[in-house]
Amino acid sequence: MTAENNKIYLYPVWLRIWHGINAIGIILLILTGIRLQYSELSLMPMDFSLAVQLHNIFGIIVTVNYFIFFVGNLVTPNKKYYKIKPKGLVKRVTKQVNYYISGLFKGEESPFPISEKRKFNPLQKYAYIFVMYVFVPVAIVTGIALLFPELIIEQVYSVSGVFLTAILHGSVGFLISIFLLIHIYVASIGKNPLDNFRSIVNGYHDVHPSEKNKKS
Amino acid sequence: MPAENSHCLNCHANHTYSFFNEWLEVETKRMMNPFYVLDSINYVAGVHGGFSCTDCHSPDYETYPHNAELKLEPLATCIDCHGGDDTYADYQFDKIEEEFQKSIHFQKSGESFTCSKCHDQHYYRATARTSSNVSEIVSYNNNMCLSCHDNALRFETMSSEESPKLSQVHDWLPNQKLHFDKVRCIECHTVVVDSFMVSHNILPKEEALRNCNDCHSSNSMLKASLYKYENLQARSEDGALGALITNEAYIIGANQNPLLKLLSFIIFGLAVIGIAIHWIFRIVKKSK
Ligand code: HEC
Ligand code: HEC
Ligand code: HEC
Ligand code: HEC
Ligand code: HEC
Ligand code: HEC
Ligand code: HEC
Repeated sequence: MTAENNKIYLYPVWLRIWHGINAIGIILLILTGIRLQYSELSLMPMDFSLAVQLHNIFGIIVTVNYFIFFVGNLVTPNKKYYKIKPKGLVKRVTKQVNYYISGLFKGEESPFPISEKRKFNPLQKYAYIFVMYVFVPVAIVTGIALLFPELIIEQVYSVSGVFLTAILHGSVGFLISIFLLIHIYVASIGKNPLDNFRSIVNGYHDVHPSEKNKKS
Repeated sequence: MPAENSHCLNCHANHTYSFFNEWLEVETKRMMNPFYVLDSINYVAGVHGGFSCTDCHSPDYETYPHNAELKLEPLATCIDCHGGDDTYADYQFDKIEEEFQKSIHFQKSGESFTCSKCHDQHYYRATARTSSNVSEIVSYNNNMCLSCHDNALRFETMSSEESPKLSQVHDWLPNQKLHFDKVRCIECHTVVVDSFMVSHNILPKEEALRNCNDCHSSNSMLKASLYKYENLQARSEDGALGALITNEAYIIGANQNPLLKLLSFIIFGLAVIGIAIHWIFRIVKKSK
């Protein structure tokens, strides 16, 4: 079931459903968020209060969805891909970075090819850990706080708590947007730019097709 | 109000009027054109409340039917009476006229855009000067603008173009209704001149103020506490879930910090440039 020809089954159904909802939710949050934050630039012809409502609704959807991810990663084998291994971490990440900025163009092979044991390369892994266990939770917590402002500390020194929360929410939202930009771009690196997008929909990943094709 | 006005107001303060039809020799009752009905209470409260109608209008109006040619009668403008008069120096009529002539209304419509288009000579009150209630001043002022910009018919008398819908034009402005209730249109649409009580130079729309921080940044503390208050208030009124989703966030967009904004543009720019370069290299490599 896992391997047919040179395909491996990487993304189980629950993960793909989670990822799909998350992708749509986050993209809409980013678009409505930009509409709200940069109101004065009139970037989008959307009614302000409609944007507020959509942003709130998708914020709640993504939050609920996040718990699917969180619990899924606790109880299924998928958790193994998120184990932090401090030893040699910097070295492994640097190696992957070097591959992206030079090795890739020299025709070198990926230093950490995808296998059932290693779904993510080191750079990918730590980026995902950071986004999913730091950025997104911060966005969720500050988002909830802005929906329930009575939860927020009145004042941090002499600065308003609501104001700080709003700044933090906006900033982390921005960082997630930048992550998404790079995420989508890096996903297009493969033999065929659409390969990885196909994988996250049907669950299967082609192993080493690039090496085979390159030699022929 | 002078007693002789009651003759005119018999007809002009009512929705119906009656007169003696000399041809048929019968007393006739008709409906009054609603646009010719005056509000006598407002009239007395206005700056010219002590005037008799015929101080401004021709005495020939005493007779009815009014002579048709009276329609052509030129009526005095503010400047005709107040211009160069030291009694009203405080109001700076002449300087206001100068400013008004720079405004987009005068530039586009010329002389036909008279002061009276905004200042109804029957009712005008100098609220900005005499009222101590800010929301009264705001609504009085904004109604002057809205009398055209929210009234397609009246707008058409000045322009062949269709009146743009204010709510759409100001779509980018959150909480429009609140802003229009609390801020004067001229706050955003004129250059504020310190020596004037009321700035009259309405700028072209491209130069209107749209920077939230000009009004909102100085006391973010106030805004934050209001946000909290309003949010709680709304929830207790609309029930929990509805208000949660439609909450009118007080500081949305207004929390912009210029430094963070610049930083965000720079980081975004760098990311896009980085990706573009990488992509170009990939294409070059592939085509080799
Ligand atoms: C018998 C009722 C009656 C009386 C009295 C009367 N009016 Fe009128 N007036 C009218 C009607 C009706 C019109 C609408 C046009 C018409 O039918 O001539 C009108 C129109 C007008 C207009 C608008 C003219 C135009 O078409 O631009 C003015 C200004 C005016 N009246 C002023 C006065 C003044 C000033 C007095 C008092 C000195 C007065 N009227 C007395 C009935 C009256
Ligand atoms: C200070 C001058 C002044 C006084 C006093 C005055 N009017 Fe007028 N009136 C005007 C002007 C100016 C207009 C033309 C408004 C315009 O074209 O925008 C006008 C217009 C009108 C009109 C036409 C409808 C309209 O609003 O355009 C009527 C009717 C009228 N006046 C009736 C009266 C009556 C009745 C009185 C007395 C109670 C009176 N006016 C007192 C200056 C005056
Ligand atoms: C027919 C002449 C005439 C016209 C036209 C006229 N006014 Fe007046 N206005 C007067 C007179 C006279 C007074 C003084 C009235 C009084 O003291 O009761 C006055 C009073 C005022 C006052 C109050 C001054 C004060 O300190 O009490 C203001 C403000 C004013 N006018 C503004 C205007 C504006 C704005 C216009 C044009 C839309 C205008 N006037 C048109 C003659 C005129
Ligand atoms: C586009 C609309 C508009 C036009 C046109 C306009 N005004 Fe005004 N004017 C206003 C508004 C709004 C105010 C503030 C009213 C208030 O609350 O007192 C005002 C106030 C005034 C005041 C009172 C200022 C004070 O210090 O209290 C005077 C005097 C005045 N206008 C004269 C004029 C004259 C003269 C003209 C024609 C040359 C003119 N206005 C044309 C909108 C206009
Ligand atoms: C008598 C009707 C009338 C009144 C009152 C009026 N306007 Fe206007 N306004 C117009 C018309 C008509 C235009 C379109 C340009 C033109 O032809 O003059 C216009 C255009 C504008 C524009 C757009 C300028 C552009 O760049 O196209 C602004 C802004 C504006 N008005 C603001 C105001 C404000 C603020 C007030 C109140 C202080 C006001 N207007 C009162 C009729 C009016
Ligand atoms: C917070 C600032 C602000 C306030 C308050 C405000 N405006 Fe504007 N308004 C703008 C800006 C900015 C634009 C230019 C919008 C654009 O071109 O996209 C504008 C555009 C306009 C236009 C031009 C429409 C067109 O496209 O021709 C009119 C007319 C206008 N405003 C009238 C008003 C009136 C009347 C009020 C008061 C009820 C008002 N504005 C209040 C900022 C403001
Ligand atoms: C001309 C000054 C001015 C400008 C420009 C302005 N505002 Fe406001 N704004 C106000 C005032 C005054 C209030 C009303 C505060 C009150 O009394 O509740 C307000 C209220 C608000 C509210 C609603 C608060 C509530 O109680 O729900 C929001 C949100 C807001 N502004 C955001 C913005 C944004 C975003 C911009 C820029 C696109 C902006 N404002 C531009 C003056 C301004």
